[in-house]
Amino acid sequence: MATKREIFMVFFRAGMLGFGGGLSAIPLMHREVVTAKSWMDDEEFGDILALANTLPGPINTKLSGYIGWRLKGFWGMVVGISATIFPTAILMILLLTVLNAFKDKPWVQGMAQGVIPVAGVMIGVLAWDFVWKSKKSMGWTRSIVLIVFSVIIMLILGIHPAILILMLILGALLSPSKKREEQVDK
Amino acid sequence: MIYWKIFMANFVPNILGYGGGPAIIPLLEHEVVGRYGWFTTNEFSEMVALGNGLPGPIATKMAAYIGYDQGGVLGAVIGLFGTVAPSMILMLALLGILMKYKSSLKVQRLAQYVRPAIAVLLGVMAFDFFFNSYEGTGIWHTIILGVVSFLLLQKFKVNPVYVVLGALVYGGVLLGS
Repeated sequence: MATKREIFMVFFRAGMLGFGGGLSAIPLMHREVVTAKSWMDDEEFGDILALANTLPGPINTKLSGYIGWRLKGFWGMVVGISATIFPTAILMILLLTVLNAFKDKPWVQGMAQGVIPVAGVMIGVLAWDFVWKSKKSMGWTRSIVLIVFSVIIMLILGIHPAILILMLILGALLSPSKKREEQVDK
Repeated sequence: MIYWKIFMANFVPNILGYGGGPAIIPLLEHEVVGRYGWFTTNEFSEMVALGNGLPGPIATKMAAYIGYDQGGVLGAVIGLFGTVAPSMILMLALLGILMKYKSSLKVQRLAQYVRPAIAVLLGVMAFDFFFNSYEGTGIWHTIILGVVSFLLLQKFKVNPVYVVLGALVYGGVLLGS
C-alpha cells in the first residue's frame, strides 16, 4: 500500500520532469503508477485518463488528485495535487518576480521582447493541434463549420467566449446522435 | 474584493476549458488581460513563454503567478484553488455517472464541439503575440525568432527550456536598446 510520501514523490517527479505543458507528464505518471508501483492496472489508468479528458480544466491535477484519492482518501488527493502544482508554481513565481524586479533595465526589456514570438509559436502550434484533433474526430466539414461559427460569434459579433462555449456544450448535449459519429476519438 | 476576483478569473476559464491546460490559456487571457486589466498582452505572453520553459502543468503555473502578483501568497493559493478544485470536485462527484457513460456519444461530443472554438481562440492569441512583437521590435526580429523557435521546437524537438533561454539571451543582447 502506498504511503503519502510515496504519492508525493511520484507526482513530484512526474511534474518536474514533464516539460512543455502537462501532457508530457502523463506518460511519466503512467510509468510510475502502473509499471513501477503497480498501484493500478493499465486499464484503470486508461479509464481515469479518459475521464479526466472528458472534464474541463487541467488534466494532470485531475489524474494526480484522483489517484491520490483512490490510494489514501482526501489527504492522498491533497498530497497528489500539491506535488503536481506547488514545486513548479513556486519556480514560476520566483522567476517572474526576479525578472520584474529588473524591469526598468533595457536588457531585461529586451529579454521580455525576445520571448514574445516564441510564445506566439507555442500558442500557434497548439491552435493547429486543436484544429487537427477536431478534423480527426469529426472530419473537415464539421470542423470548418464550427470554426467559422466561432469566428463569427467571437470576432465579428464580439460575444464572450464563455457564452460561445456554453452554446457548444448545449449543442453537444441536445443534438440527436447520428450513427456515423460512432468512430469518434481514439 | 481581490481574492474573489482572483478566484473567479481562474474558475471561469478552468470550468469552460475542455482540452487541458492549453485550452485554458486563451480563456484566462480574456479574464486577466481583457476583463480585469491586470496584465498587458505582452506581459501575458512572457508568462506563457516562461511557463512553457518550466516543467509541470501550464494552467497552474499561470494561476499561481497571477494570484501572487495580485494578492501575494494567499492570492496564489486562491488562484490555484480556483484552477484545480472545480474540475476535481466534478470528477469525484460525477465519477460513477461518467464511468457508465464514458463511451456515450454525447459525453465525448462535449470536448469535440468545444475544440474548434478553442482552436480559434488560440489562433487569435498567437496572432496578437506576433503582432505585438512586430510593433515592439519590428518585422525582422519577429520573423527570425518565430521561424527559428518553430524549427527548434517542432522539427528538432529541442526542449522548450533551451528555446526560451535562447530567446531571452537573443532579446537581452539584440533588443535591449
